[in-house]
Amino acid sequence: MKESAVWSINGPVVTIKGATGLQMMEMVYVGKKRLIGEVINISDARTTIQVYEPTTGLAPGEPVIGTDGPLCATLGPGILRNIFDGIQRPLKEISLQSGAFIPEGSDVPSLDMEKKWQVKLSVQKGDQLSEGQIFAVTQETPVIEHRAMVPPGLSGEVVSVVPEGEYTVNDALVVLKDKNGKEQELRLAQKWPIKVRRPVAERLPVDRPLITGQRVIDTLFPMAKGGTAAVPGGFGAGKTMTQHQLAKWSDADIIIYIGCGERGNEMTQVLQEFSELADPKTGSLLTDRTALIANTSNMPVAAREASVYTGITLAEYYRDMGYHVAVMADSTSRWAEALREISGRLEEMPAEEGYPAYLPSRISQFYERAGYMKTLCGKEGSVSIIGAVSPQGADFSEPVTQNTKRFVRCFWALDKALAYARHYPAINWNTSYSEYLDDLAPWYAEHISPDFMQRRREISSLLLEENKLMEIVKLIGSDVLPDDQKLILEAARIIRVGLLQQNAYHQEDTYVPLPKQLKMMEVILYFYEKAKQAVARNIPISEILEQGLSDRLVKMKYDIPNANLELFDDYYKEIDRKINSLLERAI
Amino acid sequence: MIEFVGLNAINGPLIVLDGVPKAGYEEQVSLRMANGETRMGRIVQMEGERAVIQVFEGTRGMALDNTRVTFQGHPMEMPLAMELLGRSFNGSGRPIDGMGEIFAETSADINGLPMNPVARVYPRNYINTGISTIDGLATLIRGQKLPIFSGSGMAHDKLAVQIVRQAQLTGTDADNFVIVFAAMGVKNDVADYFRRSFEEAGVMDKVVMFLNLSDDPIIERILAPRCALTTAEYFAFQQGLHVLVIMTDITAYCEALREFSSSKGEIPGRKGFPGYLYSDLASLYERAGIIEGSSGSVTQVPILTMPNDDITHPVPDLTGYITEGQIVLERELDQKGIYPPISVLPSLSRLMKDGIGEGFTRSDHSACSNQLFAAYARVQDARALASVIGEEELAPADKKYILFGRLFEEHFVNQGNLENRTIEQTLNLGWQLLSLLPKEELDRCDAKTLEQFYQPEEARKTFGVSAED
Repeated sequence: MKESAVWSINGPVVTIKGATGLQMMEMVYVGKKRLIGEVINISDARTTIQVYEPTTGLAPGEPVIGTDGPLCATLGPGILRNIFDGIQRPLKEISLQSGAFIPEGSDVPSLDMEKKWQVKLSVQKGDQLSEGQIFAVTQETPVIEHRAMVPPGLSGEVVSVVPEGEYTVNDALVVLKDKNGKEQELRLAQKWPIKVRRPVAERLPVDRPLITGQRVIDTLFPMAKGGTAAVPGGFGAGKTMTQHQLAKWSDADIIIYIGCGERGNEMTQVLQEFSELADPKTGSLLTDRTALIANTSNMPVAAREASVYTGITLAEYYRDMGYHVAVMADSTSRWAEALREISGRLEEMPAEEGYPAYLPSRISQFYERAGYMKTLCGKEGSVSIIGAVSPQGADFSEPVTQNTKRFVRCFWALDKALAYARHYPAINWNTSYSEYLDDLAPWYAEHISPDFMQRRREISSLLLEENKLMEIVKLIGSDVLPDDQKLILEAARIIRVGLLQQNAYHQEDTYVPLPKQLKMMEVILYFYEKAKQAVARNIPISEILEQGLSDRLVKMKYDIPNANLELFDDYYKEIDRKINSLLERAI
Repeated sequence: MIEFVGLNAINGPLIVLDGVPKAGYEEQVSLRMANGETRMGRIVQMEGERAVIQVFEGTRGMALDNTRVTFQGHPMEMPLAMELLGRSFNGSGRPIDGMGEIFAETSADINGLPMNPVARVYPRNYINTGISTIDGLATLIRGQKLPIFSGSGMAHDKLAVQIVRQAQLTGTDADNFVIVFAAMGVKNDVADYFRRSFEEAGVMDKVVMFLNLSDDPIIERILAPRCALTTAEYFAFQQGLHVLVIMTDITAYCEALREFSSSKGEIPGRKGFPGYLYSDLASLYERAGIIEGSSGSVTQVPILTMPNDDITHPVPDLTGYITEGQIVLERELDQKGIYPPISVLPSLSRLMKDGIGEGFTRSDHSACSNQLFAAYARVQDARALASVIGEEELAPADKKYILFGRLFEEHFVNQGNLENRTIEQTLNLGWQLLSLLPKEELDRCDAKTLEQFYQPEEARKTFGVSAED
C-alpha cells in the first residue's frame, strides 16, 4: 500500500505534494476517517484527489492510502431490493449503524457478506469456461434468478467445484486454472470499475419496444429496448413523475433507478411505493426487480458524479446475465453540474456556461453504454437509458439539454404550459420526437396490428392540423372557422384529453396495455370519420356535439377496464346510432 | 491552545496565515484584535501550513501585525438548549437580546449531516394554513419545503406572518409547535415587522430568531440559515417538536455567497453565482423532513424575491428544482388589490397528492383542485383571445370562463389578512365557482363527484349572476 500525506484541502478537492506513485482513477482512502476518494490528476509536483465525502475536519498531514485499483462496484446477489449511495454503500446498513444521518467515513461493504444464498452450480470438473459464462445460479428475488458469471478477461479449465448448497457472496465456488496455469477462485460476487463499460459479444439492432403503458409514449413516441431517451423539463413540469411511471410500468426485467442530486423525500417515496406496488407482468412486488441509487442533492457532490456510473455498471451486469434492464437517471443535469463544480475547484478552463469542455464527451460516453447486446454467454440482453434533464430556467438551449439531444434518439419534451393546465404527462407532442419509429414499425405490425403505425400517423396529423388551426384561433377565435375545421379541433381535443392525458393515480388508467391503446385510437378516428361524413352533408357541428359523444370518448379511459376490451363495441354502436340518425334526418 | 500572532495577508473577508502546523478544514477560529475585540472565523482552504480563514464579522480594523489567532479544534458549532425559545441571535448564533449567554445542553456542527433517505418518513400530514389558495391548490405538508417566490414590494412578509399565525396542526400536536425564524440581509423594519407580528400573535415564547440585517456582515448571512436549521433539527429530532422554519430572503443569501465566492477568486457560473450554488442551496433545503424514530418534523417556508420578477433567475430556478413545489406571487394580482396575490398556475405543492383526500382533508379535494387548475388555465386562453378580438366577440363558453376567472380571483384567491378559512369552506367555494361553468366543461372529475357538488342554481345565487351571463 502506498501511503502519502494530505497537502491542501479545498472542498471535495484534496492534493498531495510531490510524486506519490498513485495511478489515475485509483481509489484512495483519505485521512484518519478513511474518506473514499479518487485520483483525478497527477503531475510530478502534485496529485489531485476528489473526495466522495465531506472533508470537514480533514487536516494537512493526514494519511492518504492507495488501493492499487480504480473505484469498483461490487456485483453479486443482493443488489436488487437494495438502496445505495453514489459509491454503492448500502444506505439501510449505514442507517442501522449510525442512525438517521449519514456520517463521514462509513465503511460498510456493498453487499451483505454474511447472507447465505442457495446456489446451484452448472459446471463440472474438467469443463472449459470462457469469460462471461454462467457457472452458478441463485434465486435473488422471487422473480429474478441471479446468474453468476466468469469475470470478463478470465477463462480456463475447472479444477474443482463445490456441491450445491448455501454460500455467501465471498465463498469460493469454483477453482479455475487459467491460461498461465494459475488457479483462480470464482465467487458469487465480482468487482468491476464503474467508469469502464463491461464487454459484450456484439451489439444488435434495436427492434423491440420498451412498453411503458403510457399512451403518449407507446403510441406517439415509442422507445426501444436498448435505446436512449431524454426527458427535459423545467421544475414542476413532471420529470420525476414521468420517471416514476416508467420505472413502475415499463416491461424491463430489471429497473435501476438513480436519484442523482434530487430530493430526499422523493427517494423515500419511491422506496415506499415500490415496496407496496405489484408488477403487472409477474404480480410480485416492484422492489423485487429494482435497485435504487440515492445520492440526494445534499449528499457529497463527487459521489453524485459517480452515481450515474455506479448505476449503469449495475445495469450492465444484469444485462450480461441476459436481462432487459432500464436505467432511470434523475437528473443528468445534476450530474453535469457536479462535473462543473469539480472542474471549477480544479481551476480548469471553462467552456459554455462554466461547464468543462469535456461535457459532451462525458454525456456521450454515458448514453453509449446503452444498447441491445449479445452477451458473452450468448444470451440477449439490453440496457435502456432514460435520463431526465433539468434545464436552467426551462431553457432548452442550455448546454446539457443540447448535448444530450445529440446523443439520445428519443426526446420527450415536457411543457410547462401543459403542466400548468394539469395535463399529465406534460409531454409536448409538437416538440418531442422518437427516432425509433422505423425500427419498431415491424414489431408493432407483427404483435399488435398491421394498422398500428397508420393509425398513429392519422392521430399525429390531426394534432398537427390542430396546431396550425390554433394559430388562427388565437387571432380571431374559433367561432369563425368552417365546420370541418371545427371538427378537427374537436377531434384533436378528444385526442389530447382522452388519449394523451393519462391519470397516474387512477387504477385503470395508470398503465394501459397496447391493444387498448390501439382500440382507443381506432374509436376516436372512427368518430372523426363518421362526424366528417355528417359535416359533409351540411349537418351543423353543434348538432353533432350535442350528441355527447365527445364526452363519452374522453372518459372511455376510465370507463373501459383494461381487461374488458369488448366494451369498445358499444362505443362503435353508439356512434353509428347517433350519427346515422342525424344523417337520416338530413335526408 | 496555541495563539498565533500576526497574519500574512488580508483580502476582503479572508485572511491568510502561514505556519499553521495542525488545523482541519472548516475548523472554527477565534481572532483577538489589538483593542480586545474578538471575532470568529473558519478555515475555508488549507494548503500545507497555510490556512485561508474567512472572518464572519469582516476584516475592518485588522492589521497584519496586531491580530492574534486561535484554532478551536472543531468545526463551528451552535449551542443548543430548550431555553433558545424566545431568544434572538445574530447570524453566527450569538445572543443579541442582552439576556446573556446560552447554557448549552448540547451542541452541534452547524453544517449538519445529510439525512439518510432510508431513515426519512415520507411526509403526509397536511398543515392547515387557512388560506384558500394554499390549502386548496398547493397544500403545505408537514416536513415539506415550500418556498414563496415573490418580488420586491409584494406582500410576502404579510403572507408569511399569516401562515405562522394560522398554521394549525391537528390534535395533540398543536402544543408541540415552534417557529425558527432566520432573517438574511433583510431591512431593519422587516425584521421589526416580524418581531411585532409574532408578539401580537402571542407566539413570541415559541419563536427563535436569527437576525442578519442588510447592514450586517455578509459572512454571517451565510451562517444564519445554518444556525437556524441546526436549532430546528435539535427541536424536531431531539425534542420531538414540530418546527416551522421561515427563512427570508434567500436571494440576499445567494448574493452574499456570490460576493464571498468572488473574493475567493472562484470561477463564476450563471450570472456570476458560484457553480456550487445548487449544492449549497440543497444543503439548506434538504434539511427539512421527518425521520424515523422521532415524533418531530422540520417544515421550511423560505421566502425569496425574484430580481425583476424573473422566475428564470438562478436563485428561484435552482430553488424550484430542490424544493417540493413553490408558491408564486404575481404583481398583476397585487396591483388589482388581491391579497394574497398568489399566482395559481405556477404554484404547486409536490407532496400534496399524498397528503390530501380521504382521511386527510376531504375525498373530493384532488378533483376540485385539478378542475380549478384546468378551468383557470382555460381562463388565460380566453383572456388572451379577448385582448385581440374584444370580450364581446367571444364564444359563449369563453365568456363563461372570463366570468369564472374574475370571480375566482375575487372570491377564492382574495381573502382577508385575518380571514382563516377551513378546508370545507375552501373546497365548497371551489365547487360553487366551478358550478358557474357548463357541466360538460368539467372533464377532470367523475360523474359521481359532479352529481354531489355541481349546483349551478345555488352558485348563481351566491355570486349574483344570471343564467345568461
